Amino acid sequence: MKRILVGIKRVVDYNVRVRVKPDNTGVVTDGVKLGINPFDEIALEEALRLKERGAADEVVVVSIGPADVQAQLRTALAMGADRALLVATDVPVEPLDAAKLLLKLVEREQPFLVLLGKQAIDDDNGQVGQMLSALWDRPQATFASKVEVLDQALRVTREVDAGLELLEVDLPAVVTVDLRLNEPRYVKLPEIIKAKKKPLEMLDPAVLGVVPCERVRALRYEAPAARARGVRVKDVAELVAALESRGLI
Amino acid sequence: MNKVLLIAEHDGRHLNSSTAKALSCAAALEHAQITVAVFGHDVSGVGEEAARLAGVERVQLFDDPGFAMPLAAALASVIAAQALQYTHVFAPSTTFGKDLMPRVAALLDVPAVSDIMAVESARRFRRPIYAGNVVLTVEVVDAPVVVGTVRTASFEAAPAGGQASVEKAGVFLRGVTHSRVISQAQAPEGRPDLQTARRVVSGGRALGSAEKFQLVHDLADALGAAVGASRAAVDAGYAPNQLQVGQTGKVIAPDLYIALGISGAIQHLTGIKDARTIVAINTDSEAPIFESADYGLVGDIFELVPQLQVLLQSRAGRQ
Repeated sequence: MKRILVGIKRVVDYNVRVRVKPDNTGVVTDGVKLGINPFDEIALEEALRLKERGAADEVVVVSIGPADVQAQLRTALAMGADRALLVATDVPVEPLDAAKLLLKLVEREQPFLVLLGKQAIDDDNGQVGQMLSALWDRPQATFASKVEVLDQALRVTREVDAGLELLEVDLPAVVTVDLRLNEPRYVKLPEIIKAKKKPLEMLDPAVLGVVPCERVRALRYEAPAARARGVRVKDVAELVAALESRGLI
Repeated sequence: MNKVLLIAEHDGRHLNSSTAKALSCAAALEHAQITVAVFGHDVSGVGEEAARLAGVERVQLFDDPGFAMPLAAALASVIAAQALQYTHVFAPSTTFGKDLMPRVAALLDVPAVSDIMAVESARRFRRPIYAGNVVLTVEVVDAPVVVGTVRTASFEAAPAGGQASVEKAGVFLRGVTHSRVISQAQAPEGRPDLQTARRVVSGGRALGSAEKFQLVHDLADALGAAVGASRAAVDAGYAPNQLQVGQTGKVIAPDLYIALGISGAIQHLTGIKDARTIVAINTDSEAPIFESADYGLVGDIFELVPQLQVLLQSRAGRQ
């Protein structure tokens, strides 16, 4: 069975303007729309396309989080994943423990490919994929904008600062995906109904042998300093004069 | 006393300026003793450049054909093997550092701190989350060594003036054959690099086509600036991916940023909020970009930019 494991994290929807709680202990999440991390949706879409092209037999989605993350996993199943795993925990899970938990699932499921988002848009750490590949002792291909499956390897186009890099990695491997890899499909109503019958297994982190712990303490959440309000200039001459006076040109 | 190992970023010939910025972050630690590690092949010149940065005490050269390509899997195990001699291991938060440092941290069974924007103490740092809409202060509470990446837009480049020693490190390679770089990205010659340029001219959706995007290049050439683009312009195919400025593209901090026909979506503003001066030219006087701009000019970019070029030229003629 050629299996792809896809990581799904639930985050505050990317359209929500996030606000810091008045006591600086976190951000307001009550009544805020939650959804699948957009980069994870792209990872899932890529896995589904690889399966549709015959490069994979099964797509398994996995999440770590509170029990009600089942809702996001059902959405992933409706998109086309075959089954879902939820490592259920109410404590915050740092990237290193997330990677350790994923490694346990990798050992259980034996995927030839793990597809993850390059980062989650809430804590913006961007660490789990690289940590998983280190613990698994397998290759990593981060920031993928194109994935091509060869016989025993992958050719991944990576979006790096200087442009595009072409990297070949042996399988199994971990790939973290960037924005331009694909555009995720929309979920159709019949698929949502069908997804209710797909298998979703709940797992206990302690049973997997990983107890999430705090290594990096979040001390204080703040809004960033605002930029001072600028001025309107009436024409190009005034703009050039202003830039000159500040020594910018 | 803080002993810092800073992993240099370079292109095989020259040090990337992100290294000098990450160095300033390392130097913000109290009583920092800083070693810069240069991984590569035939990179003694890069090592010399690192040695001349003020504040560097020692440069270690990991010079080996196995490091000719900056593969995280090859570098991480060597870095991890050294790491416990240090209190901190830092790298710039570029795609190079972001790829590498979490792998280093996992090998050490320690957490990593991404995108350090300020140092509060040896273990306490500030970092942006939610695309820069929130700043979080964190403390590393349980780790023998602090592994982190430095948000380069938050730090000035360390100046020259150092005279560090350059040592060749003994290389013990655990050969990596499972990953092969087929082709490396090459920055285009002749134009400043977007990530590090002091001046940047960016274009948005209002440019209207890839042909008309030339207007952005023309102004950039007149100013000796790098070219950037909004996500809308990239998605529309007016400019290539690597020019995208914003949360999902490059986060930059030039002295001068000129936004042409960019409305100013939050995700774009996140990428430029550390720019020293922001200029916006846009027909829509209500565009959100004007909220963040130091100088706003309402009008048609296709009329105003040529006027601007004429003025810049006549000014150049005067000097």
